[in-house]
Amino acid sequence: MRRVGENSIEYNNVYLLESSTISGPREKNAQLGKFIDKSYNELSCSEKTWEKAEIKLQNEAFLLALEKANLKSEDIGLILSGDLNNQIIASSYMARKFNIPHIGLYGACSTAVLSIIVGANYIESNIFNNVACLTSSHYATSERQFRFPTEYGGQKPSSTTTTVTGSGCSLLSTKKSNIKVTRATIGKVVDPNYKDVQDLGRAMAPAAAMTLRQHFEDFNVDASEYDLILTGDLSECGSIVFKDILKEWGIEFYNYNDCGLMIYDRKVQEVFSGGSGCGCCSLILNGYIKEMLSTKKLNKVLIIATGALMNPLLAQQKESIPGIAHAIVLESVME
Amino acid sequence: MTIVFAFLIGGLICFIAQLLLDGLKLQNVHITVLFVFLGSLLECFNLYDRLIEISGAGALLPICSFGHSMTESAVNYALNGNYFDIFKGVFASTSSGISFAIFISFICSLIFKPKG
Amino acid sequence: MESEVFQKVLEKNKNRRPILKNSLKAFLFGGIVCLLGEVIRMILMKVFKVDSRVANTIMLFVFIFLSSIFTGLGIYDKLGQVAGAGAFIPITGFANSLTSSAIESKTEGIIQGTLTNMFKLAGAIIAIGAISSIFIGSIIYMVRCFYA
Repeated sequence: MRRVGENSIEYNNVYLLESSTISGPREKNAQLGKFIDKSYNELSCSEKTWEKAEIKLQNEAFLLALEKANLKSEDIGLILSGDLNNQIIASSYMARKFNIPHIGLYGACSTAVLSIIVGANYIESNIFNNVACLTSSHYATSERQFRFPTEYGGQKPSSTTTTVTGSGCSLLSTKKSNIKVTRATIGKVVDPNYKDVQDLGRAMAPAAAMTLRQHFEDFNVDASEYDLILTGDLSECGSIVFKDILKEWGIEFYNYNDCGLMIYDRKVQEVFSGGSGCGCCSLILNGYIKEMLSTKKLNKVLIIATGALMNPLLAQQKESIPGIAHAIVLESVME
Repeated sequence: MTIVFAFLIGGLICFIAQLLLDGLKLQNVHITVLFVFLGSLLECFNLYDRLIEISGAGALLPICSFGHSMTESAVNYALNGNYFDIFKGVFASTSSGISFAIFISFICSLIFKPKG
Repeated sequence: MESEVFQKVLEKNKNRRPILKNSLKAFLFGGIVCLLGEVIRMILMKVFKVDSRVANTIMLFVFIFLSSIFTGLGIYDKLGQVAGAGAFIPITGFANSLTSSAIESKTEGIIQGTLTNMFKLAGAIIAIGAISSIFIGSIIYMVRCFYA
């Protein structure tokens, strides 16, 4: 492990051992649904409340990842997890069932990558052999938290994003596997002084652009280095702004996609601008991207997870919405 | 004839609300609060009563009629008694709507589950 | 320097809401609701020969009832997405905001959930109604007393 440039890290010995994904019904019925391991047919996941449903999602994602990796819960040295709720309840309530050290993380929708960066540091420094990085989000819990009751007849503008229901778990390990975590760039909080709470994609785009530029500068590479550059949940509105900002800085590339655009079938499903939430990046990363890397269809992927650090109270106090973005590079190391 | 005006006036009120909502990028609550206040204001010179005469439900159903009937009954109570009856009159005519809405919402919350 | 680029790009890509289209939809939906209301009122007055005040109350009750049921069935939020102001300006929107808050909070129990949070969205309407009617009512009262 060494620090590269201003705020990037290079890893030599961190592997993505196994990963698991669990989703709600809408994600399963979309085009990348076949890469999702397990899904529920209803949002409630046969639980009484939405919050309990999200805890269940995260819990099952963890157990499923253990099962796939053929590990026992004692083998896991540390759980790193995060979600969007107040006091990251889904994460802490999931962890109470296991006798494993736990660190709760909050990076809004960037938690999927943030947890992998934090976990990779523990793996690289040989403190733990296996670390579980978990994230989850749930449509109904975040509607409650950040917006209106789901039955309320308000009109959502086309820039609104739809929170993904789902949870993903990535098991990082010192044990060699097909996928290696090689690089990471830790983002800075960027506030573009944007105040529209119904347009989080655009609010996050500057943070993502800053992180991408920082990553290119730190490693002295350009976009051709990667097979795919993937942003977290900028959705349609945000990804246009993201590309435009980079164009202003003279960075142009075409191997780009956004998890928020990939996760739903936007022609058929009523999801407005696209998907968002911790689960969005997590489901794509642990499902589709992991599959592509382990079958060598992609070799080197840069994933920039973006988070809008929005708080409804501060938004009502006329504060703008700061954004953050963290990047990691996943490489296929299969012979 | 009032049927046609009901459609036109009721529609027009919603049209203006939507224009303000989208044009000024406000939240729903800003618009409803504004319209209740406007309805209350139109009680002056009995303007809103004339609107109800012309369009019937077109002026009764939009939320401005809420502000109007509250103000109307407040003034009537005060005129028929003393000034302090204004506080009694505020809810006099809208209380039936409010309590019915509370009751039905409560029943609905017992029957239905949140869909998500 | 970065923030200038951000401002420029964000300004260029501003979200343009289809204001006219939305407003026309609101007009149509709101108009139809009011038209139906007027039909109900006419039937009550002409066929059942009820007093106009009673007819108004019954009409409001019918709409509050339907709106709450539609909210519970999960139809009203879909209507609201299309109709915009046409769905929240009529009294049906008031009932919808009450019912949706009540249903959402039912997982926290009847007292701490439903009853406490019922007016989370609709409270503003009642509060402004009371405040403005006391304020404007006082002015009207004073003016009328003065001229009487």
